[in-house]
Amino acid sequence: MTGPRRTTTIVAAGCLTISMVACILLLRHIDEIRPPAIIDDALYVSSPKMVKAASLGFDGMMACIYWTRTVQYFGERHFNHEHTYNELAPLLEITTALDPRLFPAYEFGTSFLAPASPQGAGEPARAIQLMEYGIRHNPDNWKLYYNLGFIYYTEIKDYEKASQVFAQGAEVPNANPLMKVLAAKMAGHAGDLATARLLWSSTYESSRDTLVRQNAIEHLRAIQVEEDVTRLQSAVTRFGERTGRLPASMRELAAAERWPGIPVDPNGHPYMLTSRGLVVVENPDDFNFLTKGLPPGYKPPPLPKFHMHT
Amino acid sequence: MSSRIVHIASNTFREAVRDRVLYNLIAFAVLLSGAAIFVGQISIHIERLVVINLGLTAVSLFGIVIAIFVGIGLVSKEIEKRTLYTVLSRPVPRWEFIVGKFLGLAGTLVVNTFFMAIGVFGALLYVAHTFSAPDALILVALYFIILEFLIICSLALLFSSFSSPLFSAVFAFSLFVIGSFADDIRGFASLTQGVTRWIATAAAYLVPNFSALNVISAVAHQQPLSLQLVLQNTFYALFYTTMALSGAVLIFERRNLK
Repeated sequence: MTGPRRTTTIVAAGCLTISMVACILLLRHIDEIRPPAIIDDALYVSSPKMVKAASLGFDGMMACIYWTRTVQYFGERHFNHEHTYNELAPLLEITTALDPRLFPAYEFGTSFLAPASPQGAGEPARAIQLMEYGIRHNPDNWKLYYNLGFIYYTEIKDYEKASQVFAQGAEVPNANPLMKVLAAKMAGHAGDLATARLLWSSTYESSRDTLVRQNAIEHLRAIQVEEDVTRLQSAVTRFGERTGRLPASMRELAAAERWPGIPVDPNGHPYMLTSRGLVVVENPDDFNFLTKGLPPGYKPPPLPKFHMHT
Repeated sequence: MSSRIVHIASNTFREAVRDRVLYNLIAFAVLLSGAAIFVGQISIHIERLVVINLGLTAVSLFGIVIAIFVGIGLVSKEIEKRTLYTVLSRPVPRWEFIVGKFLGLAGTLVVNTFFMAIGVFGALLYVAHTFSAPDALILVALYFIILEFLIICSLALLFSSFSSPLFSAVFAFSLFVIGSFADDIRGFASLTQGVTRWIATAAAYLVPNFSALNVISAVAHQQPLSLQLVLQNTFYALFYTTMALSGAVLIFERRNLK
């Protein structure tokens, strides 16, 4: 290689390497200061039919792109403590219009489209429409019936309808036998914590989506606390009937009931007894979706925390 | 050295300006900006939004098309006409030839953008009847579009240095499309794990990030753009262009022109 050519090669190679590194470093900074216009761009065409037409047959790829944007949208708003998810329904509708067999989208809709703010978008009606759309296009998928029944149970509280939907799902070939059990449970024991535990356990076990599983774990932890508080509160009542007074502490109650130790919550912290005989958790902020065991006057934090392990 | 580069650049500019395809594309871009006026009237109260979105998108897309179709022939045409040998025998180092060609095409695109921008501002004046302070943001969007052109010119030149015009056009256009989805590639990468995550992340950073330079929607909604963003995007475009041109120089230096 001649002298000038070697010099040119060295200089060009150096420029290429330095420029590449500089580009990567700059992009990371640029990401932090860009205007937040991504979702506006994503929903510039909000009609699922128009997006499908514009995808020129590459529906699958566009569905993947919209699904990625849906997850990013929810994740960003969730961790930025936003309380509204107005674009979640259109994003899920477009995603499933592009690919009706993108089943994680239906799971996501069940877990985060139906529940009220700040846990979700608070749109159970649209979540039901989404599941019914999925069932029309995938009549052999029992999980979609499960999702629909789940929404009727948890958000609409229409246990009769939930029972019907679970029963329909049980008729699907290769349906999980759990569907028949759930249909029966809805009919007779819809309000039981045991039924709720069954539902959330099956959601956790059947889903691969991290956020959906985290959400299920949080509900299961809350159910555990509610079962414990119910049991402990009954013990307090029994103590009162026997002695004519409230127990002075949880230790006294444990001794009276001959428990091996002071009962603890799923985080391992002992349950506490208020001066009025109410059983409460030590750190209510650690539990989402609690309706029992909360200290009087307690106000929950703006957003639920997610714990991956119980 | 600099006079040789300037001569090559000015000749490239003159040659590009004489290309009739250029005038047709500019005319289409101006027409599209004008058509935005009618589209805006379909939806009340968002005429300004439609004019800016459609107009700037037309400037960007048509400019990209010009950059690709003129850029891919920069080297191959010279080889085909055998004029390259005359130039290189002057002697003009090969790297100066590449840089001169790039500067000539970049200059052509800046001038074209100027004329297309006149169409956009004309359409905006027609619907809004007057300019307002936020309209100055359109100039920032146009500046970013020019930065996009610099990147695509350098890529077209890179591919032109070793490939046929047809493949150069395919590669350059593909990179433009992929680069427009760079944010989504990063989204894919964040959802994957292991080796796939590394590969996807590397790809996301190596493809030109046109989505970072696309502020058309923000400008249409009158969202403020920080000076820091302008500076960082400028440096990003310059570094990416340098990277692509360095690659073109490295390849062209070794290319057998016989």
